Amino acid sequence: MGAEESYPEDLKYNHDHDWARVEGDEAVLGITWFAADSLGELVHYEAPEPGASVAKDVSYGEVESVKAVSDLLAPLSGEVVAVNQKVVDAPETVNEDPYGEGWLIRIHLSDPSEVDSLLDLAAYRQVLAEQ
Amino acid sequence: MKLIYEKSQPGRRASAIPRHEGLPAPEVPAELRRTEPPRLPEVPEFELVRHFTELSTRNFGVDTGFYPLGSCTMKYNPRINERLVGLPGFAQLHPHQEDEGAQGALELEWRLDQILREITGLDAVSLQPAAGSQGELTGLMLVRAYFEDRGESEQRRKVVIPDTAHGTNPASVTLSGYELTPVQTDARGNIDVEDLRAKVDEHTAALMLTNPSTLGLFDENIEELERIFHGAGALMYYDGANLNAVCGISRPGDMGFDIVHINLHKTFSQPHGGGGPGGGPVAVRGMLAPFLPVPVVVHRDDGSFGLDYDRPKSIGKVRGFTGPFGVFVRSYAFMRMYGPRLREMSEAAVLNANYVLARLKDVYELPYNRLCMHEFVLSARRLKHDHGVTALDVAKRLMDYGFHPPTIYFPLVVPEALMIEPTETETKETLDAFCDAMLAIAREAAEDQQLLKDAPHDRPVRRLDEVRAAKNPIVKYEFDRHPTPDEQ
Amino acid sequence: MTHPFLALTDADVEEMLRTIGVASIDELFRDIPAGMRLGRSLELEPALSEQELSAHLTELAARNVDTTRELSFLGAGVYDHYVPAVVDAVLQRGEFLTAYTPYQPEMSQGVLQSIFEYQTAICELTGMDVSNASGYDGETVAADACFIAKHATGRTKIVVTEATNPQVRRVVKTYAPGFGLEVVEVPHHDGTTDPDELGQAAEDAAAVIFQQPNFFGCLEPAPDLAAAANEAGALPVAHVDPLSLGVLEAPARYGCAIALGEGQAAGNVPSYGGPHYGFLASRREFIRRMPGRIVGETVDVAGERGYVLTLQTREQHIRREKATSNITTNQTLLALGGLVYLTWLGPQGIRELGEACLSLAAYAKQRLQEVAGLEPLFADRATFKEFAVRTGRNAHDVIRDARALGVHPGYALGRDYEGLDDVLLVAVTEKRTPAEIDRLAAVLAEVTR
Repeated sequence: MGAEESYPEDLKYNHDHDWARVEGDEAVLGITWFAADSLGELVHYEAPEPGASVAKDVSYGEVESVKAVSDLLAPLSGEVVAVNQKVVDAPETVNEDPYGEGWLIRIHLSDPSEVDSLLDLAAYRQVLAEQ
Repeated sequence: MKLIYEKSQPGRRASAIPRHEGLPAPEVPAELRRTEPPRLPEVPEFELVRHFTELSTRNFGVDTGFYPLGSCTMKYNPRINERLVGLPGFAQLHPHQEDEGAQGALELEWRLDQILREITGLDAVSLQPAAGSQGELTGLMLVRAYFEDRGESEQRRKVVIPDTAHGTNPASVTLSGYELTPVQTDARGNIDVEDLRAKVDEHTAALMLTNPSTLGLFDENIEELERIFHGAGALMYYDGANLNAVCGISRPGDMGFDIVHINLHKTFSQPHGGGGPGGGPVAVRGMLAPFLPVPVVVHRDDGSFGLDYDRPKSIGKVRGFTGPFGVFVRSYAFMRMYGPRLREMSEAAVLNANYVLARLKDVYELPYNRLCMHEFVLSARRLKHDHGVTALDVAKRLMDYGFHPPTIYFPLVVPEALMIEPTETETKETLDAFCDAMLAIAREAAEDQQLLKDAPHDRPVRRLDEVRAAKNPIVKYEFDRHPTPDEQ
Repeated sequence: MTHPFLALTDADVEEMLRTIGVASIDELFRDIPAGMRLGRSLELEPALSEQELSAHLTELAARNVDTTRELSFLGAGVYDHYVPAVVDAVLQRGEFLTAYTPYQPEMSQGVLQSIFEYQTAICELTGMDVSNASGYDGETVAADACFIAKHATGRTKIVVTEATNPQVRRVVKTYAPGFGLEVVEVPHHDGTTDPDELGQAAEDAAAVIFQQPNFFGCLEPAPDLAAAANEAGALPVAHVDPLSLGVLEAPARYGCAIALGEGQAAGNVPSYGGPHYGFLASRREFIRRMPGRIVGETVDVAGERGYVLTLQTREQHIRREKATSNITTNQTLLALGGLVYLTWLGPQGIRELGEACLSLAAYAKQRLQEVAGLEPLFADRATFKEFAVRTGRNAHDVIRDARALGVHPGYALGRDYEGLDDVLLVAVTEKRTPAEIDRLAAVLAEVTR
């Protein structure tokens, strides 16, 4: 029931299979197809509150499947401006559309220079090859 | 099958409470009174018995058949133990009875304590913890108390655990306020000593290790591990889950461990009861004895037995009273039926495991090419790669052959893991029948994958939808508005 | 030499060693360094036959004065209630007794459905939405509740009433440092707790734990205590006697977040303190923080109803260091005993049982006054099945002298509370008769003269 394997060109990635879509001084965050596939169908999304602070490489929430729970590690630091309620209500949305409807949070960036330390698609593909 | 609540009819009842004439009326202040009665089942006694009898037929125990769950030690639970634990002198003894009125119970606890010292090679015991994981937590509390007493607790914040550890180990570490330092396993299945050396220093409080490990392998570098940890001033904690392999052959105290917990419901035959009860006593080296939970059983000069509460350095209490006494009775009885022959128990357990390993290793993948101890891990990775059949499918198909499956997907370091522990209470014929079934399933994997995917075929239920259960948990009967399967 | 629990014959061993490819059993242990071999027999007494074992344990049991040999009014956390024969009939079925934790649900529908029915019963008694499959005992589930409250509120203080069972308080204090929690006690006044005082102490607390009926057998102003905790933003946690819940209100109905307690009174024999089971139930919002196992209902591939362990990601074997607790083995068989007992009891039964305890205890208070001249300590307080009584002599001496006359009159409260060295805590269950109570009164009259 999940989506086909894919990794969009226009996103940034980290080693923990989280992605970021940078839009000016904001970014939308989520997890990649690989992460969603490894976990299996998601059954729960423990989301942060709007207004909460998020720090790079620190857990901002959790997603759960039947067999495992995974920390969501923020690729970038900032303040939460929106939480995707659709995923809270139907966590399997992440498996169906990890980069579109399955976005997790939108943050206002506190340190845009952090974007430079993220992986582009080619570098992330290297990470996947090593799994 | 219906729930007991679905068989309930108003006005039916199994109980009868004696009445007496001329007693004061029962009074409860109005603001504290029950407003709605609890909707407990209303059934006559014979319906109750039929219901639970039917439920039992939908369950599989060691009494039913072979149960090779790795790391659980599903051995025979001697029936004499059930009779003995039911003796009124044990069953009806109140825990607050004065020591003079509980001499038999206290003596039993003391004797059990002495036997555990001999088996572990250590100096003092607490019988209090209710399960292995509570024993672990107790052990870590002892570690903390020890270092606090020495003024080193701020400095020592880390506990080292191998990546093959049973999940209770890291959970216990968190619950006792320590930080986890994971260490890798090498290609032989031992702790990677080079990885370890870099990670152990004056900030290390302890190692938590199961030996033999969850891979069923005895750590070949145990002497070096002892030098590294004690050299850094840290303690060594032994998870006794796998003691069935080495009883009377090698003792954790002699391996260098300072604290040990024993699983009475694994090695010493306390029945698993569908999930419990268990017993997780801890044994310690002398310098840790002052910190043990209160009370401690003592044998006085006049020959009497008592409970000592006067232990100022004790960590406190982890469980009520002296611990799960009924579990002590069974374990003590089991140990007395072996005496020094406990060694033969372990030898048989290890022989049985190696025999099954030898018969299966060519067809299933054996990740660590060594003799095993009382259990071993196979991988179904090749079956998955070649035929798309997983360890889960193998497990479900084994049910059709009348066996309980082994442990699957543990330890995490082995993909498509099948952890098999036959125990010593199995005949060679049973082992052969199990091996024949495993080999047949491997053949079926090549010829008829769907047969495995659809398994089990003959159990009370087929494969269950666990995703559905987790998404919208239904955790109790909802009486008038309980959802039907279509609605869920 | 044979052994009833070992099956390998010499022929078996020979064939097996050959298949493995080693010459002897000893060779199987070659990975153990010589320095770590025991190298001698275990210094234990020789193996006993079943018959000899039976004689030995029967002798040990005979040196215990249990409730069949002495009329006992001991309570203080463990109670002598009547356990009907159906409990053992069910628990001794090998399919329950010798089964493992139900991780393979197709092999374990019996245990899983039983636990689901048990969870339902606990929720009915307490009014809560979710119950786990049991905890170790009434002490450790209180510690579990502290862990839930810490994560739910972010606060690090636990308030517990002094009138709560001393062992419960001790265990909570043992676990607290590891959880990063501080524990504060609120004193009792004449046997119960003052809601205003509790409210003040609860200002920055994660949870408030109170017992109902409390350790003295007194009925606390529970709705007011819960309200005070809620006002202060702390979770009200009620530690309750399961058999009181036929006559006392369900904790969920008066504002509690969590209800828990010792299950022993419901279906387990005293057994010198264990094994028993702790029950733990909460409002729905805490379901993902609930430690221990939970059974959920689902369907199989054929659309049939079935039961599985659910929300297992909370448990140690998936979450590992982030688990809500480290519990694996719990007390399933004892909780099953609880379910069978509660099924036997039924709604009428639990009400009648509560009323019997109330009436018999009231009768005991009366007779102790009339015949022995002994006054209840907390005379103005309503009680359930236990009450404290002043004897005018050191309670341990009273116990010794009463036991010499064949009666154990109760628990010496001075063991846990200052200034109460002459006080006995007397428990009266439905197993006691008026004649037995008269005998207690006569004996106490004699030994407190």
